[in-house]
Parts: sequence; structure tokens; C-alpha cells
Amino acid sequence: MKKTISMLLVLSMAGMLSGCAGKSTETTAADTTAAESAAAAEETTEAAESTAAETTEADGADGDVLNYEEYMAADLDTEVTIQAYVQAKQAWWEDQATVYAQDQDGAYFIYNAACSQEDYDLLVPGTKIQVTGYKSEWSGEVEIMDGTIQVLEGEDTYVAEALDVTDLLGTDELIDHQNQFVSFTGMTVEAAGQDENGNDVAFLYNWDGSGTEGDDLYFNASYNGETYTFTIESYLCDSSTEVYSAVKNLQIGQTIDMEGFLYWYEGVNPHITSVTVAE
Amino acid sequence: MMKQKNTRKPKLAFLLVLAAAATVLSGCHGKKEQAAFTVPDHFDLSKDYEITFWAKNDTNKTQTDIYRQAIADFQELYPNITVNLRLYTDYNDIYNDVITNLTTGTTPNVCITYPDHIATYLTGDEVVVPLDDLFCNEAYGLGGSELLFDGPKEEEIVPQFLEECQIGGHYYALPFMRSTEACYINVDYVEALGYTLPETLTWDFIWEVSEAAAAKNPDGTFKLNNQEVMIPFLYKSTDNMMIQMLKQQNAGYSTSTGEVELFNDTTKEILYTIAGHTATGAFSTFKISGYPANFLNAGQCVFAIDSTAGATWMGSDAPLVDIAEESVVDFETAVMPIPQYDPAHPQMISQGPSLCIFNKEDPQEVLASWLFAQYMLSNPVQTAYSETEGYVPVTTAAQNSPQYQDYLSRAGEDDSTYYDVKIKAAKLLLEHEADTFVTPVFNGSASLRNAAGQLIEEVTKSVRRKQTVDDAYLEELRSKITSLYHLDEFSGMSGEQTDLGPLPLASKILLGTLAGIWILLILYGAGSKIKKRN
Repeated sequence: MKKTISMLLVLSMAGMLSGCAGKSTETTAADTTAAESAAAAEETTEAAESTAAETTEADGADGDVLNYEEYMAADLDTEVTIQAYVQAKQAWWEDQATVYAQDQDGAYFIYNAACSQEDYDLLVPGTKIQVTGYKSEWSGEVEIMDGTIQVLEGEDTYVAEALDVTDLLGTDELIDHQNQFVSFTGMTVEAAGQDENGNDVAFLYNWDGSGTEGDDLYFNASYNGETYTFTIESYLCDSSTEVYSAVKNLQIGQTIDMEGFLYWYEGVNPHITSVTVAE
Repeated sequence: MMKQKNTRKPKLAFLLVLAAAATVLSGCHGKKEQAAFTVPDHFDLSKDYEITFWAKNDTNKTQTDIYRQAIADFQELYPNITVNLRLYTDYNDIYNDVITNLTTGTTPNVCITYPDHIATYLTGDEVVVPLDDLFCNEAYGLGGSELLFDGPKEEEIVPQFLEECQIGGHYYALPFMRSTEACYINVDYVEALGYTLPETLTWDFIWEVSEAAAAKNPDGTFKLNNQEVMIPFLYKSTDNMMIQMLKQQNAGYSTSTGEVELFNDTTKEILYTIAGHTATGAFSTFKISGYPANFLNAGQCVFAIDSTAGATWMGSDAPLVDIAEESVVDFETAVMPIPQYDPAHPQMISQGPSLCIFNKEDPQEVLASWLFAQYMLSNPVQTAYSETEGYVPVTTAAQNSPQYQDYLSRAGEDDSTYYDVKIKAAKLLLEHEADTFVTPVFNGSASLRNAAGQLIEEVTKSVRRKQTVDDAYLEELRSKITSLYHLDEFSGMSGEQTDLGPLPLASKILLGTLAGIWILLILYGAGSKIKKRN
């Protein structure tokens, strides 16, 4: 009798489990959300596999790779392939990475390019990558979008020295260095705005002070009598970074040196990665 | 010079949020279920409550100041309630954070949200407080006798706006502010091209003028502005664009229960039309080119469609500007409703922030949250916040208040508080409240909305990249978008528990077998005991 009952229970359990497996079309709202998650995870895996495969293929780069000059000469909205070295990572969402890359000739902003998390983890400064995507322009920023990042394993590395562009501020030549790792030296901290009591402050959360801790920081610094705005892009350098703290400790009138990337948004909008107060 | 209204952030993609939501909500199964909220008889003024309010602003300091002032004024009325403010500038960030905090039970007490997002929160048990009982509570409900402030009665909330907060037959939110989209027009350019603005904008008119504006000089510059850049027609929110174009033509988008109707012949026609005008350079989008306001103000755009809540950025004298002062050109700005297919029956989207309340163990804490949410609908908050942008108050009490009427009457007195473009944008919605609509809300409606916009983005990008947009392309696009946004997986979701119908035969047999086994077990056990006694 015990054996019979046990067998019936086992069979029932097996039936239940198989019933669950086949029950994908009749779901409650919550179940469907879970299904969406599973599907999303599946998609993620596929993307990762695809990128991994491309990593292998990229070992022998073909002749279609453009050098920096050719890239700059290419029309907007055309497909381009470049090779460059990662200088900084800005963000990764859902198998898409935003990266600053550069070679000895110039720099590239790679916006939301397909990249698995595994590959993203490999993108340390200096890593050589190949990117295929569309050359685009958004509010003055020239970038590669809708692209794919391939890690070129076993290749050389390159980390750019910051190019001092302080003297180029306010000139037409500055844009020639768009997206490059640059430095600004001997600049003076100016008021970024006023606090609730009307006192001048050295930085603001968001451009107008509407943000809070964790949001982008905006601050002003002058050189030769002209004032320029600088940004701590919170995706690039979040509130746990040294530079975020350094900017929060700035005092109006201090002389500072800065390094960062020459991002563009309706004009120059440097994304600063380090700030040093001069002795 | 004011700079940087907003740099482009990679938005937390919807699929990632869905994945997080699924993890969280499935994780809730093993958790102690939250008890349904019942309205307490009295609010305990002797006990202290600390509540959190996650608020969204348009990267606008005045708005954050108003939130802070509202909190200070509320705390003066209710010294036993402390409201902690957390600021956001993006609805999706709030959505993401709410989902992340669901597992730990650390959701805010009150947050600004979209009804589409609430539909996802509702897949968790008793997460969001239904407001029906609170609305009609005599003491603490809308216009209740025990309120320490002059709150709106239910009938004083604009009915269309209130209806937007109903999901599955229950109210889960209060409208906070409402806006719609407006077409901001460089009138000088329209006239220079030999046209006169019609009483009601039509799609035919906007396409025709945009084509004319795309004409170039032999040197490659544009005839209209002699600049190298001209995007005659620029649209900020392409999801709204597709939704409104479909609605105006009575074409399918989705049913009220979440069946996807987006892919139809009208959609195809719309995409072909957009492809044609992209090819000539007459049309582009925010995601592809940049903020419409920047192009409009630089004399590089004729028709810029954006939210009425973005009016302070529009026009030569806009109080908020993102481009260099020397790039701003002088022109007359017209503010008109979005173009229509049937001018006699204009239709436009209703949008804007709403307030929802999260359930907590202590009903008194929930009641404190409700009091605060209600306070946000009081006249001082409603009028102050609506005046920061082209928003309109959601209550007739605030709309008809002397202060608000005075504000509306002073359009153009200055280029800040009384900036005429902003007040014209607000008036546009006030005059067309009855012409507004919203799309059905269900778990997955936010994904469908994104998909609708992405169709336009993909077609526009493809045309710019010299790819062929034909039936085969559109079929492939349909498949890609369906897969990317999982549109084939959520039809029939309505944000509430659904009746799954009778049990299938296999399940009945299975349950019957189990019942039989239990009977056998009981009989066997009883028989053994009898044997032992004997």
C-alpha cells in the first residue's frame, strides 16, 4: 500500500511539474512580468554570446578600419569602423556601453554601443577596441552610436597623456580636440550661483541647483578674464569619487588644475575627472 | 549665460526595469504579505510620523523651491509629520528606484509617477494604496471635515485628469499637474515662405511648409536661414507623436485590457510619410538631433513640438536657454496645438505628473501620506507649481482662483513669471481640456509606448543612413520591436487580478488524484491504528 501511494504521489508531482512547464501562455500579470524578465535575460545571453564571438573574429582587423583623419572626414550618418584605446567608461545599461576612447591622433565618444557586461569589465584604460557603428552628431557632440564594441585581445595598450588646452579655451581650435583627455591649468574658481540665503557658492547640483547629492555637479572657473562651466558627470564620476568630493570642497577664488574629457553640448562642456587645488 | 538644461543620459532602459520588477515581484512571494489598508477613524496628532516624498522636477530650481515651501507649510499645519524630500529629474529613475525598494519594503510614502508605472507596481500585493475609500472619507477625504487646510473636493478635480488615475476600476493616484504637447512655431519663417498659419494646424500644412523650408542654396546652406543647419520640423517625444497620429485617425494602438494594436496599416502609412520627409531633410527627432528648443531658438527650426511643460525654453526671449546668447535669433513665436488630421475634432495627449501612495504597516503613516498628497492639490501649491512651466493646475478651484486668473491675464508683462510663450502654452491646454486623451494603462503599457516611439526613431535613422524603407523593412522592424519590447508577451494584462477561467481537464484530473491519495492515506492510517488497538 505504501509503495502504491508513493508511486501515485511521485506521478502526481511529475504531472504537476510538467503542467507548470507547459503553462506559458496562460499567465497572470505578475507571471507575465517574470516571463518578460526571463526573455530579457535570454536576450542578454544572446547578446553576450554574439559579442564573445565577435571578439574572436576581431583578431584580424580588416582594411575597412578608418584612422582618425578618415573618421573625421566621413559623413554623418555613415557606418564607420575604428580602432582606439579605452580611456574611460561612462555607463553600461542593458548590454550597451558609453565609452571615451582615443588613439595617438584623436578621440572618439562611443555612445550606447552593444557590449556585454563581461566585455565591459575588460574595458580598463588602455584596452584596444574596435567599434563599428554610425557616425552621428547630437547637440554638437560627434559620436559613434548604434555601434558594437569588440575587445581586441592581445593587442598593445595606450593611455593618453592629458593635453593642456587651457590656452585654447574660447578659440575655434578647441573643437579639434573634442572628446580628448585634456587638462586645464591655473584656473580660478568662480561663483556657480547662489544658495538659499543669496550667498555665492562654488558649485551647484545640476546646472541650476535643482539637484541633490549624486546628481551632476556644475562649477565655474575663469582664465584670462573669461569664465567657463565645467561638469562632474555623475555617470562618469559618481558621488563616491575623489573628484566629486573635491568639487564639493572648492572655494571661490582658489586656483585649480583639472583633467577630464572634452565633451560637447551646444558648446564645450568638459567632463572633469580630477581637480587639484594649487598650493 | 545659463548652460546645460540637460545633457543626454542613457536612460535606464525599460527592459532592465522590467527585469528588476520581475525579480522583485517574484521575490515578494515568500515575503510576509502587506495587509490591505483601511482608513483609520482618527488621525493621531499626538504621534510623530516621518514620511518620504520622491518628487520629480524638470531640472528647474523654482520647482524644487516650491516643493520645499509646500513641505514647510504642510509641516506647520501638521507638526507631527516630517516630510523628507528626495529629488529626481526623470520619471524613469523614480520608477527604477521604487522597484528596487519594493523588496526591502523601503518604498517612499508618496511619489510622483505616471499611471503606466503604477500598473507595474500593482503586480505586487497591496503595494500601492487604492484611494477610493480615502477620497470619500468624511473626515480626511477630499474636502474632508478634519483637514487642517483647504483641500479640493472630488468634484473640483478636473474629471478628465482624475479619470487618468483610475486603473482597473480603482483610483491609485491623484493628478498633480497636467500638460499636453504644443507646436512652437517661428512665425517669421512661415511667412517668409509665403504661408499664413491656419486657425488649426494640420499635418498636411506642417509637412508642406517643412518641405519648403528644407530648400537649399547652391552652396549647401539653407535658403530660409542661410545657415548650414535647418531642421524644419523637430519632434521631442516620438512616442507621443505616433500615439496622437494614430488616435487622430481612429486607428488602433491598444485595447483597454492591453491587447497590442500598434501594428496596423495606418501605422505603416505614418512611417512611410515620416520616411519621405526625413529623406528630404524636413524632419528629425530629439533623440537623433537634439532639443527642439535649441534649434528653434537658433533659427534652425520652423516647427518644434515639445511639452507645454517645456515652454520656458522656447522662443527668442525664453527665460531658460541652452545655447550661446549670440546664437539666439530674434523671431515671433506662435504656440499652437499639435497638428491634426481632422481640424474640426482636435485631439491631443494629456500628460503630467501624478501622486501615488505606498502602503505601510501602520495605517496612521499611510493616512499621514494621504494628507500630504492631498495638500499638494491645495490652491497655493497648485498655482505656484503650475506657474513654473506651461502646466495647468488639476483642480478647478486653483484654475479659477483669483491668483491664477491674474497670472493668466498678465501674459507678456515680463520674460520670467509672465513669459508669454509659457502662459500661451498653459492656456492652450485650458482651452482644450475636453480634447485631451490618454492611452490605456496596463502592466506593459509603458513598454508599448516606448515601442511606438521607437518605430519612428528607427525609420528616421534608417532613412538618414540611406537604408531602404519598404514593406520588407517594416515587417522586419515590426518583428524587432515586438521582440525588443516583448509586445507579444503582455497582451491581456490590465494591472489587476484577472479571471483565469475554468481549470483545464488535466489539472482537474491531477487535483482529483491528489485528493484520492489523501483519502487513501487517511484510510490507511486509520486502519493501522485499528489493527494496533486490536
